[in-house]
Amino acid sequence: MIAYLIRRILYAIPILIGVNLLTFALFFVVNTPDDMARMQLGIKRVTPEAIDKWKQQRGYDKPLFVNTAAGGTGKIFDTIFWQKSASMFVFDFGYSDDGRSISREIATRMGPSLAIALPTFLIGLVVYVSFALLMTLFRGTALDWAGVALCVLLMSISGLFYIIGGQFVVSKLWHLVPISGYTGGVDSFKFVLLPILIGVIGGVGSSSRWYRTIYLEEIGKDYVRTARAKGLSELRVLFTHVLKNAMIPILTGVVVVIPLLFMGSLLTESFFGIPGLGSYTIDAINAQDFSVVRAMVFLGSVLYIAGLILTDVSYTVVDPRVRLQ
Amino acid sequence: MHRALREVDFVNFTPVILWSDALVFLLLATCLATVWFVRQREHLLLPWRRVAQSGVALVSLLVLALFFGVGLLDSLHFRTVLPQSNGGEKVYSSEVLSVFDKLVEPLRTQTEKTYSAPFALTLYAKESATDTQGNIVREYPRLQYGGAHLADEAQRDSDVVWRTLTGGAAGFIAVTLLLVGIAAFRRRPQSGGVNAKPFFNGWIPACAGMTSHKAWQPVIIAVFILAILTGALVNLASVYHVLGTDKVGQDVLYLALKSIRTGLIIGTVTTLVTLPLALLLGIAAGYFRGWVDDVIQYIYTVLSSIPSVLLIAAAVLMMQVTIDTNPDWFTTTAARADMRLVALCFILGVTSWTGLCRLLRGETLKLREMEYIQAAQSFGVSSLRILTRHIMPNLMHIILIALVMDFSALVLAEAVLSYVGVGVDPSMISFGTMINGARLEMGREPMVWWALAAAFTFMLVLVLAANLFADAVRDAFDPRLSRNTL
Repeated sequence: MIAYLIRRILYAIPILIGVNLLTFALFFVVNTPDDMARMQLGIKRVTPEAIDKWKQQRGYDKPLFVNTAAGGTGKIFDTIFWQKSASMFVFDFGYSDDGRSISREIATRMGPSLAIALPTFLIGLVVYVSFALLMTLFRGTALDWAGVALCVLLMSISGLFYIIGGQFVVSKLWHLVPISGYTGGVDSFKFVLLPILIGVIGGVGSSSRWYRTIYLEEIGKDYVRTARAKGLSELRVLFTHVLKNAMIPILTGVVVVIPLLFMGSLLTESFFGIPGLGSYTIDAINAQDFSVVRAMVFLGSVLYIAGLILTDVSYTVVDPRVRLQ
Repeated sequence: MHRALREVDFVNFTPVILWSDALVFLLLATCLATVWFVRQREHLLLPWRRVAQSGVALVSLLVLALFFGVGLLDSLHFRTVLPQSNGGEKVYSSEVLSVFDKLVEPLRTQTEKTYSAPFALTLYAKESATDTQGNIVREYPRLQYGGAHLADEAQRDSDVVWRTLTGGAAGFIAVTLLLVGIAAFRRRPQSGGVNAKPFFNGWIPACAGMTSHKAWQPVIIAVFILAILTGALVNLASVYHVLGTDKVGQDVLYLALKSIRTGLIIGTVTTLVTLPLALLLGIAAGYFRGWVDDVIQYIYTVLSSIPSVLLIAAAVLMMQVTIDTNPDWFTTTAARADMRLVALCFILGVTSWTGLCRLLRGETLKLREMEYIQAAQSFGVSSLRILTRHIMPNLMHIILIALVMDFSALVLAEAVLSYVGVGVDPSMISFGTMINGARLEMGREPMVWWALAAAFTFMLVLVLAANLFADAVRDAFDPRLSRNTL
């Protein structure tokens, strides 16, 4: 198990190098730092001096890969690639355009992101699985049909609608919770309630329908017939036997997103004014703060790969037949 | 005389083919060729017959066809000649219009000053005006176009009802005439006794020359409903702003209709990128295995490990830098916005092919161990021939299902991306830009709700139809589903 994990983590390194090279190419080779400077400064105020100053402030005035001017190790280390891209491997993300440390911002913003994302994920999982099991229980009846129709309808509605509509009805019409904001601590309960509710509702359609498909596939198998032949009730068959056996396909889709919960949700956080990583990213995109976007891309990939490894580990937990070697 | 003749010869517009138009027509040609190809082969036609047995699928196809019709008309672009000429040379307007713009010209040109509610006769906000005694009063000014034909504001309700009824009736009559016309055109001898059948079950489908199969019944009803709705809408929209106007006084119905093309292009043109990448790399990885497989797996693992929104955002930001630093590439603002749309499609394509690629690789791995492939290999059939003759046809159902499933997700993604600021050009009319512009007005009192409602409703209808159709296609093509009856 330990040996397997170490191997998987070693496998992750070339992938992260690939991600790093890709973002480097995207941000520095497709467009030169000069182009970025020109765009950020605006077309009118562009003078060569202004561009040089902009580049110097951000440390973009160095050669891309090889610094022929510098001597010794500086040939490699005193370059944009080494200082801006390779340094991400030790999670040194540098500074954003407003001069703040990106690593510190990430550390402080993870809390609010998790306060929304984790409850949404957990409550959502329980709701989707129960709803899907209920549809499976009533399979072939009008109830099942209505459930599927509801799912298709819900998944056809834009996620933006849930947020805007929810804010309007719950906050503006009924005055139940504040429209947006965040305080931190226990007081923020009233702020996170609506985003969590909307997050759960927004996912019902696609998730429940997907789980239902998995359960329907499972329910045709022999062990289900055996369980029924033993005289077990249909509810017991579904909620103990089928639920456990359908764990593997469910875990495949679910565990991988757990680390990504740290990243928060772009839309929810920006609509509800949550100072998490999602709104950090969206602000960076709007302000065209390239160093923050690059940091978030790298962080996202690290978390995704962590999710993949976690998925494999979770298989061994739910299915003793799976051995990681 | 000579001059007059030249005037007549003048074509007062010049066609403009934007990049997205070209891609749309390429797709259309591909689709028509595929339809023609499939029609020749009964075994390929079989699953489509199963699709046609579902009433829901046919109705959603009808709705999709309407949307695609609007999108296609909106893709025929031209520029009109300006009245002044530059030393005998024609000067074209910098405004790029489409055939659809021309069809709904009043909607486009009849703009008010600012917001007005659906069917409103007055503006949303009060303005200062001078009355007959010379006093300055604050009142809601009448709209310039909306309901301008009414002398008295009290007549509005009855006028709306009357126009709805007459328009609906006109639509009903038009469809009835059309169906009877088709029936007369395709009269078949065996349809002699159809009069005895119930109205919707037998007569009308038979009128249209269709087999009186059950699935056609909801389609005929849907055709009538849509025709009545369209008739009423046309009759109302000619004198009212049916869905109100937006901040700068543009008719919201016009904006919603124009958004359709943007959504459809995002949903379809993206597949032009996804499909070749996924198909080539997926098959190559699965068939050749070894180092080819390793390299391709590495590429798609790297791409899919970056959260897609972030990758799209990064790529779009960079594309924006390129477009902004090269303003001389584009002659009109429309061409510039269009380039951004096409680039967005490419970016979406490059970031979203990995899922399909993984599916195709897995299926190819399975197929290449089949006896008939091994037989072909032992006969010395070339790899290329095995791939095109034996493997590709057996992957088609996966590709088709993935494409129709992706379509609705892409339409929804456009709105989100435009909201995040990495979607289409802000000057391009789309569901995303409509929602973005309208959402800040929710806080007003009284609320400006109509632009949001219009955008969400149009999106819902489009995506719902696409989802229902996709389900029917999946059910018909997925070989894993057991099928007892045909």
